[in-house]
Amino acid sequence: MASAIEIAAGVRSGALKAVDVVERHLATIGKREPEIHAFNLVMTDQARASAASIDALVAAGGDPGPLAGVPIALKDNMCTRGVPTTCSSKILAGWKPPYDATIVTKLAAAGAVVIGKTNLDEFAMGSSTENSAFGPTRNPHDTSRVPGGSSGGSAAAVAAGFASVGLGSDTGGSIRQPAALCGVVGVKPTYGYVSRYGLIAFASSLDQIGPFANSVADAAQLLDVIGGHDPMDSTSIPLEHPSLLDAIDHGVEGLRVGRITDLPEGADPDVNERVEVAFDALRAAGATIVDVQVPAFTFGLTAYYLIAPAEASSNLARYDGVRYGLRVDAEDTNAMYGVTRAAGFGDEVKRRIMLGTYALSAGYYDAYYGKALKVRRLIHDEFERAYQHADVLLTPASPSVAFPFGAKGDNPLAMYLCDVYTIPANLSGHPGMSVPFGTGADDLPVGVQVLAGTLCEPQMFRAAAALERAVTQGFGK
Amino acid sequence: MSERISAEVVAKVARLARLDLTPEEIERTTTQLADMLEHFADIDALQLDDVAPMAQPYPLDNVFREDVIAPGLDRDEVLAAAPAAEHGRFRVPPIIGLDL
Amino acid sequence: MSGRDGLPGDWQLVVGLEVHVELATVTKLFSASPNRFGDEPNTNIDPVTLGLPGALPVLNRQAVELAMRIGLALNCSIRPCTFHRKNYFYPDMPKAYQISQYDQPLNVDGFLALPDGTRIGIERAHIEEDTGKSTHFGGAGGRIHGSDYSLIDFNRAGVPLVEIVSRPDIRTAEQARQYVTELRGILLAVEASDAKMEEGSMRVDANVSVHLPGTPFGTRCEIKNVNSVRSIGRAIEYEARRQIDLLESGDQVRQETRHWDETDGRTHTLRTKEDADDYRYFLEPDLVPLSPSDAWIAAVRAALPMLPAARRARLAEATGVAPDSEAAMVVVDRGQDEYVLAVGAAGGDVARALVHVKEAFADSPSVPPADLAKLTTMEVEGTLTATQAKTVVADLIANGGGDAAAIAAAKGFEAMGADDLGPLVDRAIAENGEAWAKFCAGEGKAMGALVGAVMKLSQGKADGKAVTAVLNVKKG
Ligand SMILES: [Mg+2]
Ligand SMILES: [Zn+2]
Repeated sequence: MASAIEIAAGVRSGALKAVDVVERHLATIGKREPEIHAFNLVMTDQARASAASIDALVAAGGDPGPLAGVPIALKDNMCTRGVPTTCSSKILAGWKPPYDATIVTKLAAAGAVVIGKTNLDEFAMGSSTENSAFGPTRNPHDTSRVPGGSSGGSAAAVAAGFASVGLGSDTGGSIRQPAALCGVVGVKPTYGYVSRYGLIAFASSLDQIGPFANSVADAAQLLDVIGGHDPMDSTSIPLEHPSLLDAIDHGVEGLRVGRITDLPEGADPDVNERVEVAFDALRAAGATIVDVQVPAFTFGLTAYYLIAPAEASSNLARYDGVRYGLRVDAEDTNAMYGVTRAAGFGDEVKRRIMLGTYALSAGYYDAYYGKALKVRRLIHDEFERAYQHADVLLTPASPSVAFPFGAKGDNPLAMYLCDVYTIPANLSGHPGMSVPFGTGADDLPVGVQVLAGTLCEPQMFRAAAALERAVTQGFGK
Repeated sequence: MSERISAEVVAKVARLARLDLTPEEIERTTTQLADMLEHFADIDALQLDDVAPMAQPYPLDNVFREDVIAPGLDRDEVLAAAPAAEHGRFRVPPIIGLDL
Repeated sequence: MSGRDGLPGDWQLVVGLEVHVELATVTKLFSASPNRFGDEPNTNIDPVTLGLPGALPVLNRQAVELAMRIGLALNCSIRPCTFHRKNYFYPDMPKAYQISQYDQPLNVDGFLALPDGTRIGIERAHIEEDTGKSTHFGGAGGRIHGSDYSLIDFNRAGVPLVEIVSRPDIRTAEQARQYVTELRGILLAVEASDAKMEEGSMRVDANVSVHLPGTPFGTRCEIKNVNSVRSIGRAIEYEARRQIDLLESGDQVRQETRHWDETDGRTHTLRTKEDADDYRYFLEPDLVPLSPSDAWIAAVRAALPMLPAARRARLAEATGVAPDSEAAMVVVDRGQDEYVLAVGAAGGDVARALVHVKEAFADSPSVPPADLAKLTTMEVEGTLTATQAKTVVADLIANGGGDAAAIAAAKGFEAMGADDLGPLVDRAIAENGEAWAKFCAGEGKAMGALVGAVMKLSQGKADGKAVTAVLNVKKG
């Protein structure tokens, strides 16, 4: 199927009709969505209507923009005016935001066509999309396996051809890990690169929105559209970002690619093997491989699982049954809070609210949250040092290929370990992305994670593009 | 991080978080939190005395908006989505045990 | 027996005040909805105000500027600061946390000088957001307890507040009243707030404790809902006596939050601190640190107007009254000190002008300074008596000014010299022989009767000083 860039070119030139593009994707959805369940909502009518208006604009000699007619799937934690936005939670079921997220406005201005809202682990808390209140999403490569998470719906939608591109949010790996498990490109930009206004918060200091795409170029194009400063987000970086689409042609000649020699063990052999091949591929493409150390890398998991739940316990306190969403009635307001939140939140969300509330509460703050913030600084500083010697770092995106449903049982820690390689970049704020790089066990996709320094997206995309080319040049499998 | 977390503490945290957990849930949560906290004790080994906490990844300061009115939300649209409303306001059950 | 502040025995009152003031911005602290009192419920709302999922706060620059004015006016130093989340559930608190400042507030270590010069320390003056308003229905009419349900209006949610926290330096209920009155004057002068206690744009909580000199401070109670300067004094006096009664009867004071009830004139338990709050403060990740530049601070300082204390001092200097005299307090409070000085500049007598303005200018009429100047000059020259002057001032006010001399003439207030006085004085002496005898015997008191008699005979045209002079001459 045509790439997003090809679709946009065709629609802008009039050679391709946006309505036909939408119909083709709706047809694919019609075929496989029932078994995949990537969407909480397919926006059939809205998609058809906006495609028609884009064709009309072209017919009238106008230019809809760089994503003209490109069908995009939005994770269902991004606010869309008048369209249900649920975070896959009972507590928000049926809630229609009265406003659009900044990225939704930017997508519209670029001519993109939102085709649906995708499934996720409730409030983005999970690594398998099994925690959705509306049922799990299945991996298009093997429907007995998870798509990863929490952005499993968007990853699956792009992998299955339901949408040309998608958006997810990544707090501890929620874009990169499902991208790896579904065999698509997934990007977590530098913290502050993309506006969070209208993204329903999980952990505010870690959340970033980023693209899913079937190619590095499509991901670059999409990030070029949604990136940039937003006065509505105080943490948005007030800088002009260079075009990543331009950057990817530059190759990796002379790029310094770092190998983290003290990376935590635990990745499956098939995954490690592909990462080794990735180093070879980049060396062959003209990059130099250097060794770096990030001793605190291994402490990321602990820091993350204290900081993220702490912020979440506060961010999710607003779901109190007073202004919107679910209310379970009770004799007084205080009682109403307790029963509403008990009924509205799933087990994993409750678990993290409990953990976070505990980590912040009197007498425990210093031992847990306070200490975690120091570890965060340690990790950040060690990465900054590493990036003085290397332009990018390569690691596995996920310790394993897609795993079967229920594989992690109800052992939270086992599930948390899925994010061991992705979490540090969220803590440090550095960008990272997962690039499909051949297959591992059971011919399932393997993703290689490319990490880079603050606002070094151009170098990251250059390395990613080189890996993408390498797959078709003998380094695939 | 010292002794394992008790069911009493977990129950208190649940009240603080306004989550009505069943006795079974309190039990399960106590075990799960205890296991996690045990695992999270790995950072106790680190020497952090002269490490400054890091709350945000990208250093910015003095971000402002100007004091200018912009259009807000439509009351009726908002109240229509509320669990209960009357006379242009949100309605809640009696407020007790929460006085501030 | 009773202590200097009306407390029984040697009991000493210790009070610290926490004053919340709503800032006079156009919009809210973190969003672009109007900051406006009295609008239809829930009409000044937006995603941030309602704490909608995905909404993010952005700091209002003008709110920071007004907070800096308050800090500088209270002699605080302005520091680089941060915002924290104070987590607690309450239906009028949309996000279930209040964005406030915690261990790094904007303004620290200042003081407020009471009119008599006593300095009350200011610990901090920090920025935070206001809550919405809940109204309680059914049950015990409007009371929160026993109500059937409550309705919530979020127009006030997110309105910028500055919380001004004094040190426990206040020792009498009267000082507490003076502190609040002076603070209000300062807030109005720097135009940071309209500081209307009745509308809730200025709200006072009092931390009250008692102890015996030489012993540590006692356990304090926080008194809420004191919403008039008058009730501040009453609430503190009631609470102090309540605590003293407890202690003298061998009981203990429980640390708790108490609610002042205007109707029964008592304080009632609201919350005991046993159910201690655990606000789980942590840095607000949706906001970035605030550190006003030296240039900004200097500009705000340079733009500060003259504060009430300085204006009272200036007026006192010019008129000879004490800076904390009623006249100086009242006239500066009314903002009429500039006018009094203008009368002086127009050649008039500022002391007399101060008296007339204080007495007669309550509803600030417009009388050209030159006109009042002329009147005060006639007074000091003795061509008008104090009584006559009053009448002329009334006329000036009624007509928005005029020529004092012409008015005086029209009223027949022509000057009455010593030679015209002579006959009247003789008649008064004749009609008041007894008083005259006493006067001659050196009883100064008797003079009053004689002067009064002359005044009556002259229909108020005689000048008191002149009459005294003539009497003394005749007495020889
Ligand atoms: Mg306070
Ligand atoms: Zn306060």
